Order: sequence, then structure tokens, then C-alpha cells
Amino acid sequence: MTCDAARELLQPLVDEELDLTQKVDIETHLRSCVGCAEYLHNLAELRQVIRDKAPYYRASEQLASRVQAAVRASAKAEARPRLNWPWAAAVSLAAAAAILWGAILIRSTAAQPDLLAQDLVAGHVRSLMANHLLDVPSTDQHTVKPWFNGKLDFSPQVKDLTDEGFRLTGGRLDYLNGRAVAAMVFQRRQHVINLFVWPSARAETNGPSAIARSGFNLVHWNADGLAYWAVSDLNAAELQDFARLYEK
Amino acid sequence: MGLRPPDAARLARFEQTVLPHLNAAHNLARWMVRNEADAQDVVQEAYLRAFRFFDGFHGSDGRAWLLAIVRNTSRTWMQQAAKGDSAAEFDEDQHSRFCPTAGPEAQMIRQSGIDSVRQCIEELPVEYKETLVMREMEEMSYKEIADATSVPLGTVMSRLARARARVQNCLLVRAKEARA
Repeated sequence: MTCDAARELLQPLVDEELDLTQKVDIETHLRSCVGCAEYLHNLAELRQVIRDKAPYYRASEQLASRVQAAVRASAKAEARPRLNWPWAAAVSLAAAAAILWGAILIRSTAAQPDLLAQDLVAGHVRSLMANHLLDVPSTDQHTVKPWFNGKLDFSPQVKDLTDEGFRLTGGRLDYLNGRAVAAMVFQRRQHVINLFVWPSARAETNGPSAIARSGFNLVHWNADGLAYWAVSDLNAAELQDFARLYEK
Repeated sequence: MGLRPPDAARLARFEQTVLPHLNAAHNLARWMVRNEADAQDVVQEAYLRAFRFFDGFHGSDGRAWLLAIVRNTSRTWMQQAAKGDSAAEFDEDQHSRFCPTAGPEAQMIRQSGIDSVRQCIEELPVEYKETLVMREMEEMSYKEIADATSVPLGTVMSRLARARARVQNCLLVRAKEARA
């Protein structure tokens, strides 16, 4: 074994990342090579110095309570819209509920798409404001698609529509509609398009339908058991073109 | 008003598996952003993100999972703080010229003071620093670090080697200065 080869292995040796054969090889080499043995000694010395003298910054009690309070508040805020009052209503008004219940159902089903649309617009705006547009910056669909594997329990279709004027710029994970979703990001001139994808309750495939919220356009379609939502400040016609191309 | 049972169970599970790693989260954030007030904000933000993504966590090691989020949150925070001034892009090759010292003089680093050690680590490029902190202070494996920092295993190895070489050089320079 040459010294160069040996030195490659000295770091993994101290980090206990070598398999048995490599370990035997390197230990044999170390017995006959003063330079490498010294190098190893220095490395061990350095690690010891770091271990003994580098500060380990523990969290204060105050930070512990602050973090716990923030998480609990977020748990409540998350739960509120979908449970609090329908639950209370169901329990306390059990007898008189027949009519009231019907009304609640109608209201909540009517309200849901709108809540979702607001959520999507908020997700889009957040991605632009929080400097968190991309977790995986790549214009290559073969990089973006595998990146989602292992991070999500579904595999969104990633298409590159550069030739049609919608350039793929990357992807990221986002949280919407009560779950982790895939967000793919496309650029059309100066406009960013967020394409959110998650498994859909509906099995059937249906074509694009468009709505507008707070100055943003949203186009929605279902395909292969996945729900797709494109959100952008791009004009409605071009966003629908995007959806049609993507859906093909 | 209390939480519905599934939500309460989710919160309890989060508090059991992720909350106990607060020290590790704070340590990493503190090394990365280099200031206590910002580190606290980063930790809180990271925990809220972790809670939001908790359904996607199926592993057994809540710490490595959390540290990946802390690391990303710190990075985002640093990018925002650096907006405006043109920080040089990190270039692996540009930083690759450091050779680990082999020689008896390296014994000198044994006498290094706490401040020198802290400063020498603090001044590392963030790519090296996060790798070194995860390895030396959290004892994470190469694989865990690779996952947490989204780079291949080989990059973890070379970053770690360079981080150590730099700290070693830095400590040596300081030891010599002190002697002169």
C-alpha cells in the first residue's frame, strides 16, 4: 500500500468507517510507515483537542420552553380549522342536528376548495418571499424526479417544457392541505409557476379547470391518482397552456 | 380547547422523538450562524418546520432528521443575512490546497486554548463547519452527514479531511504566534 492510498484511509479509520479488510491493510501499513503513523497520531491529537476544548452550545431552559410553546401553538392552529367547531356541534347538538348538520356539510364542502385555493396561493407567495423557492435547483427532469423519491410517498411526474417556453428550474418540498407535497418550479419569462402535486382522493383523470384568487391564477387537474395545481401570476391563458402541455 | 386524539398523539410523539434533541439543534445552529439570538430564532423556526413535516418522518433517528432541518434553516437564514453583500460562492477546489500537517510540531496544538479552538472552527467555510460539527460533536456517520447535507459520501469525506486540516493549520499558526 502506498502512502497516498493509506492517507486516504486514515480519516475513515479514525471515524470508524472502514470495513475489516481495509482496517487490516492500513494497520499493516502503519506498522512499517513512520510518516503515516505520525499523521495518524496528529489526527488523533487534533480530534482530542476539539473534543476537549471546542464549546458545545447547549440550549437554555428558556429556549426549551419557547420552542415547546411554539410547537404546541402550531399544533393547535393546525387543528383548529378542520375540527373545533364541527366537533363541538356534533357532540352538543346531537338531537337537533339533522338539519343543522346538513347545513354544516354544505358549508364546509363549499368552503373547502376556497380554503385550498388560499392555501395554494399562500404556498406560492411564501416560496417567493421566504427565499425558499428551491430545495433542488436543477433544469434536468431526471435530477428533480429522483430527488423527490424517499422524501415523499408518491412520485410526481416531472416534465421539462423548456421548448414550449416553460423552463423547469427545480423542485422543493412544501406543506399544504395537511400533508407534505411536491412543488416543482417553472419559469415563464419573469413569472414563476409553482406546480404543487399530491395524491388525490379521486381516481379519475380530469382536465384542467381554472380559478383566480387574490390576483393569482390557479389551474387544477387530476392524473394517475395525483392532484396537480399550478399557481402563478402568469395570465390565465398561458397558465392553461402550461397545464395542457403538462397533462399530455 | 384541547386537541383531537390523533393530533394530541402526533404532538406527543413529536415531543418524545424530536424535542429531546434541542441541545444538538442549538449547538449546530449556534456554530453556523455564530450568534446566540439568531441561533435561537433558527432553532425555533427549524422546530416548527420539523413539526409540519413530521408525518414524513419514518426513521428511527430523530436527531439526524432534525439536524438536517436545522442545517437547511441555518443556511436559508445565512443567505438572507448575506443578501446585498456579494459573498463569494463556495468553491470546493479553491479550498483544496491545504495539506494536513505531518510532523512533530503538530504536537504544539495540544496546548491550544479554548478560544483558539473556537475561533479556528468558527472561521471555517460553512460547508466544512457543518460537516465537522456533525462528525466531531454529534458523532454522526458519514452516511448520516451525507443525507443531512445532501451531498455524496465522497464529498463528506473530503470536506471533513479539509476541515480538519484547516483547523490543524489554524491552531498551529496560533501556537507559533503565541510562542514568538
